Amino acid sequence: MSDVADRVKKIVVEHLGVDAEKVVDNANFIDDLGADSLDTVELVMAFEEEFNVEIPDDAAETIVTVGDAVKFLEKNAA
Amino acid sequence: MFDLNGRKALVTGATGGIGGAIARALHEQGAIVTLSGTRRSALEELAASLGERVHIVEANLSDKDSVEALVPAAETAMEGLDILVNNAGVTRDNLFMRMKDEEWDTVIAVNLTAAFRLSRAAVKGMMRRRYGRIINIGSIVGSTGNPGQGNYAASKAGLIGMTKALAAEVASRNITVNCVAPGFIESPMTDVLNEKQREGILGTIPMGRLGQGGEIASSVVYLASTEAAYVTGHTLHVNGGMAMF
Ligand SMILES: NC(=O)c1ccc[n+]([C@@H]2O[C@H](COP(=O)([O-])OP(=O)(O)OC[C@H]3O[C@@H](n4cnc5c(N)ncnc54)[C@H](OP(=O)(O)O)[C@@H]3O)[C@@H](O)[C@H]2O)c1
Repeated sequence: MSDVADRVKKIVVEHLGVDAEKVVDNANFIDDLGADSLDTVELVMAFEEEFNVEIPDDAAETIVTVGDAVKFLEKNAA
Repeated sequence: MFDLNGRKALVTGATGGIGGAIARALHEQGAIVTLSGTRRSALEELAASLGERVHIVEANLSDKDSVEALVPAAETAMEGLDILVNNAGVTRDNLFMRMKDEEWDTVIAVNLTAAFRLSRAAVKGMMRRRYGRIINIGSIVGSTGNPGQGNYAASKAGLIGMTKALAAEVASRNITVNCVAPGFIESPMTDVLNEKQREGILGTIPMGRLGQGGEIASSVVYLASTEAAYVTGHTLHVNGGMAMF
């Protein structure tokens, strides 16, 4: 597992208070992990902080699963 | 009760009659306060009279960039932001049929759009910190309407709707969003009334007098306090009984 994936999963576990085993690549934040729409905004804010990147709104909208976040951050985070 | 020690507050329109009273009251309860307005000298004068725990950030709320820079600047100055008071407001009265687009746009921009942008910026940090108080200064006219104030009434009614929508969105994060709606308050805004207008107005106020800025400020202090944690999406009318809801 990549370092980015580890860090993303840690944030998701902490923020949503879900079991680490559930935080798999194809887990959907809302449908599988019980996030509400506000949680998804907060997750994006947390990713921005952790990876020191800006995630524009149109990109944020495409991040719906854990894997989406990992892929985006692997590509865009320094 | 209503202790605001260590809380960090931003007040727009702090150079005005009501905004100055709000800033003073929050400060008296122990808050760190950032004063905002367009007139530097008036801001400095107020800051000097308050003493410690005061910052100044100038901003022109009809300018988008200036609005967007305000919350980050206040957050930097105070190392956080717990209380946002959207108090700045303008009037450009005219009969509806005569009202210019420019008069409409200016009032909506300063009274409503700036409050939207400032709240949007402030709520980010408040969500992160799981605490926040947003207080919008509306007006009785936002609920009753008033001839000659189609633009102003729309902007103030807009604030009420915006307050309720945002309050519902962020309630689970310990952030409350409320309105205070003044009736007629002694201030530069009401000093322009002539004697006859004044008498006419007094006849419509059961309390028989105009309100004081301090009476708006104490309502703001209440809504800003931890004691008001369960009050959200509310419009608190402070109008001497002029209209009852
Ligand atoms: N007085 C009343 O009877 C009454 C009744 C109902 C509601 N209200 C509301 O209460 C609030 C305060 O009113 P007030 O009576 O204290 O009025 P005021 O004395 O005229 O103060 C208005 C304030 O708004 C600020 N402001 C205006 N345009 C601005 C701009 N483009 N950018 C930044 N700041 C701007 C002014 O700052 P600068 O002077 O530094 O530009 C000033 O501090 C307003 O929202 C008003 O609608 C007042």
